[in-house]
Amino acid sequence: MTIQLVNKDAQRVYHLPEAEEHYHSGGATMLGFWIYLMSDALIFASLFAVYGTLSRNYAGGPPPQHLFELPLVALNTGFLLASSIVLSIGMQAMAAGRTAQMWRLLAVTGLLGAAFLCVELYEFSSLIAEGATPQRSAFLSAFFTLVGTHGLHVLFGLIWLVTLLVQIAQRGLNEDNKRRLMCLSMFWHFLDIIWIGVFTVVYLFGALR
Amino acid sequence: MQDHSFTTTVFGRLTLESLPIHEPILVGTFIAVAALGLIIVAALTYFRLWGYLWKEWFTSVDHKKIGIMYIVLAIIMLLRGFSDAVMMRLQQAIAFGGNEGFLHSSHYDQIFTAHGTIMIFFVAIPLVVGIVNFVMPLQIGARDVAFPYLNNLSFWLTVAGSVLVMISLFVGEFARTGWLSYAPLAEKAFSPDTGVDYYLWSLEIAGIGTTLSAVNMVATVIKMRAPGMSLMKMPVFTWTALCSNVLAIAIFPALTAAFFLLLLDRYLDTAFFINDLGGNAMLYWNMVWMWGHPEVYVLILPAFGIYSEITSTFTGKRLFGYGSMVYATVVITILSYLVWLHHYFTMGSGASVNAFFGIATMVIAIPTGAKVFNWLFTMFRGEIRFELPMMWVVAFMLTFVVGGMTGVLLAVPAADFVLHNSLFLVAHFHNTIIGGVVFGLFAGMTYWFPKAFGFKMDEFWGKVAFWGWVIGYWVAWTPIYIVGLMGTTRRVNHFDDPTLQPYFVIALIGAVIILIGVLGFVMAIVMGIVKRNKLRDVTGDPWDGRTLEWSTTSPPPAYNFAITPVVYELDAWHDMKEHGYKHPTEGFRPVHMPRNTATGVVVAALATALGFGMIWYMWWLAAISFAGILVVSIVHTFNYSRDHYIPADAIALTEGKRAQQPAARA
Repeated sequence: MTIQLVNKDAQRVYHLPEAEEHYHSGGATMLGFWIYLMSDALIFASLFAVYGTLSRNYAGGPPPQHLFELPLVALNTGFLLASSIVLSIGMQAMAAGRTAQMWRLLAVTGLLGAAFLCVELYEFSSLIAEGATPQRSAFLSAFFTLVGTHGLHVLFGLIWLVTLLVQIAQRGLNEDNKRRLMCLSMFWHFLDIIWIGVFTVVYLFGALR
Repeated sequence: MQDHSFTTTVFGRLTLESLPIHEPILVGTFIAVAALGLIIVAALTYFRLWGYLWKEWFTSVDHKKIGIMYIVLAIIMLLRGFSDAVMMRLQQAIAFGGNEGFLHSSHYDQIFTAHGTIMIFFVAIPLVVGIVNFVMPLQIGARDVAFPYLNNLSFWLTVAGSVLVMISLFVGEFARTGWLSYAPLAEKAFSPDTGVDYYLWSLEIAGIGTTLSAVNMVATVIKMRAPGMSLMKMPVFTWTALCSNVLAIAIFPALTAAFFLLLLDRYLDTAFFINDLGGNAMLYWNMVWMWGHPEVYVLILPAFGIYSEITSTFTGKRLFGYGSMVYATVVITILSYLVWLHHYFTMGSGASVNAFFGIATMVIAIPTGAKVFNWLFTMFRGEIRFELPMMWVVAFMLTFVVGGMTGVLLAVPAADFVLHNSLFLVAHFHNTIIGGVVFGLFAGMTYWFPKAFGFKMDEFWGKVAFWGWVIGYWVAWTPIYIVGLMGTTRRVNHFDDPTLQPYFVIALIGAVIILIGVLGFVMAIVMGIVKRNKLRDVTGDPWDGRTLEWSTTSPPPAYNFAITPVVYELDAWHDMKEHGYKHPTEGFRPVHMPRNTATGVVVAALATALGFGMIWYMWWLAAISFAGILVVSIVHTFNYSRDHYIPADAIALTEGKRAQQPAARA
């Protein structure tokens, strides 16, 4: 009560005209994108949970240890991890304002991502050729959906990446493009982390069965 | 074998037989809807309003206009969902013994599915999102939300979902599987027609909109509060909006994933939810209820926030136990994620699992009870003004407490084995959703209506709406509680036992009384517009409010606040009034605002086409619309000039008009 009485007499300034801010700032974009990534992580969490529940339900079909070729998956994992490293070097180039170097490293990131997708498509097509289709058993449905959803994310990341390559070529590293690159790099690293989960839970544990 | 003729390539499985011309009820509805639609289109064309609507509303990124559009959408969909309710009540009141009623079982099943789906996804969610959209940025002293364009897109995606549901009324069928479309019934083997596909595509599209909107609102609350407004100085409604949206982000992915897997089962013959190839239908139940139970808290938390604001305003006191109110909100947010399994105790997961989920469910009653006591203690020795919003609050407290108690009863697994799938359960959730969410949303709409439009709703018709809903609720649902407790099951369109009929006739009378309430609410808005000059509020603060939204004009200018306010106390506007605050008349600076964009409308239209193409197997349409969405989204990112400045002169002019008006307390 006393505090209020004291305050009542004190002069309060209800406006700070010089502290006007813009309607939005890059900070909100970063936070918003983080939150979006968390919701996407929950989609993957759901798909992992589904895989965990169904991964031993072969319905007389092939089990994972007969299907997965670990050398191929290791190559694939190498492509994706390398792409993340290249991208993070590219982000340092961006911070230093070296636009041309940034552009080249971003292009290399994209090529490595495309290589990852090609290997994945090759793996899927050979599985399907062997008769291990998504329709064969609940295990295979869950496998194709989890790995395929990650692959679709990489594909969208690639489309985004190519768009940004064009935009950087047109306008250079302005504030908007820098913010978009930050978001893309968060997205790309996020997909890497998901892949490490896929690699471990699906392929390594699968091969151990 | 696949048929590759020209018509199936173009129209997929859509044929003339898909149109329900043999259903007189549907043909009648179609004629009425088409006539009404033509009248509206003709009127808009005659008064040359299309350009105005397009420029000022459809493409607007202003959070206030988007909020109002969400509410308009929800009220239109409420009329649809409520007609379904009246038809069910009428059917159950007459279909006894030899009388089959007027709805055959296939039609009845579609109606109860559509009723539940529409009421939750296209009435309750848009109303909550709309009110949060309108009020929350004003309460935190912001000029807009964090991502204004995304906000517009979220709204239009919700519209796209509701358009698909409405199309299902006249083209093909809607789902007959209940409002969560449980597998395995929703699998292609048991529901081969378009119903479940309509359901899944419309909810996937609308669900993406809701998720994006939740991301937007959380970023707004965290990043865009006025200087001085620490978390514990936020209005309670903003707190509940924050918790509700955090919860939405945490749960919608589970629903999106569940629907995605069911779509794969239906379109690509995968085996997620069918037993034959090792799938598990209960997986689907778990995933949808992991969304479904927290979802009711996504809806009720903002309603709790509305009650808190109104109680404090109309008793002229600061809220009793603000801190405990915040902590109760957060505790409910967390607990709501730990109770989903109580929707199927009968699944057979064993005593320990059931005991955990039963106890977790009962524990939620504790923070909720704390809230009820806080409201009561706020009212205690307050100078209560029983205006319309406050009446809704009192009706809520009396009604909701009963629903809470039947909820605790159902949380006891042993009792649930008896009451599972009974009408007792149906009465319970209508008790909490009508008595909690709907009353709260009506309270909120009545309370903030003068802020949005500059005049109050008509009081007489507002009272008709109030008494219609409150009396109607009790008349309609008390008999359902009774027959449910006696063991009557839900989703039944015909009864053999004639002793039940009186209960259902009373319930029908209740539904008719609620109908008076629904029409009363529409009339309250219409008569408010008619008598707007008499009901006008020029102060911007008609209720003697306490939070920042009442410090600006009604309706607020596009930029909300000419100069961003500085916050010192919890009830910021009350504090400003106490200190003799005067609106500034000079010293304005240009305000930086986002530009309007048509991308949201276009993307949502393409999403509707994508859904329609997928539902009817018109693959070309689906492919083109999908490619279209990608192209439009990419083209949108090439537009770098997305904002503009409102010049200081224009602001000085707007604010100058206001300075001539009497101040709130003068």
